[in-house]
Amino acid sequence: MTMFSIFQISGSAMQAQSQRMNVAASNLANADSVAGPDGQPYRAKQVVFEARGRDGSAGVGVSRVVEDATPLRREYRPGDPNADDQGYVSLPNVQPVEEMVNMIEASRSYQANVEVLNTSKQMMTKTLTLGEG
Amino acid sequence: MLDKLASALDFDRQALGLRFERQKVLAGNIANADTPNFKARDFDFSKALAQATARDGSRGQLAMTTTSTGHLQGGGESVGTAPRMLYRVPDQPSLDGNTVNMDVERAAFADNTVRYETSLTLINNRLRNLKAAMQPE
Repeated sequence: MTMFSIFQISGSAMQAQSQRMNVAASNLANADSVAGPDGQPYRAKQVVFEARGRDGSAGVGVSRVVEDATPLRREYRPGDPNADDQGYVSLPNVQPVEEMVNMIEASRSYQANVEVLNTSKQMMTKTLTLGEG
Repeated sequence: MLDKLASALDFDRQALGLRFERQKVLAGNIANADTPNFKARDFDFSKALAQATARDGSRGQLAMTTTSTGHLQGGGESVGTAPRMLYRVPDQPSLDGNTVNMDVERAAFADNTVRYETSLTLINNRLRNLKAAMQPE
């Protein structure tokens, strides 16, 4: 229904932003995970946003989650069981500062969309009482 | 009689519809504030309203060429009264090609909300006047 498409638009944005927040949380949590389920160090993940729907009423969605291709951090720790022949340990390529910025941005965008949703809800409620006063 | 009642409210109906349409467009812009290569859109409200309420047959319809007296004139209303969508001119370029300026969009959104509610109030007043005129005494 066209009348409720604002809810869909803002709802899709809230969903996308919270997914971005999830990914940032996962990156921060795994900033020091030397080995994941596959035995490899954790690689930072990023969400890719994509406009959805026809031109006027565009929602947003996460088209895919990509792995950060920057090289892994290497640290010299000869005593570590995960160290290679030269004594280096590969650590995740997560940049905590970048993730924090990502998180704040996602939270602000989420808030803006909640505001849009609330305002639109008030508008609809007023429209429903049209002609009563 | 009923069509007179309907036409009394026609202008406000069109205005309200367009306000709502604009609200959707602005919500879409805010939703896509972080989408790479998204271009913020909007439309000229007064032009769209003028086009939607034009009474002189210029309602976005094409004139038909008649070559015989038996030909009919196309007099129906056009269905395509959708406003012409424009792209916002960005004032600050960004590397990812996104042209949404959150401040502009939010200001426009708030402005549009107030105007939508103004339209609602106007319609309410008009309805009240019509009701008052229908009272028996």
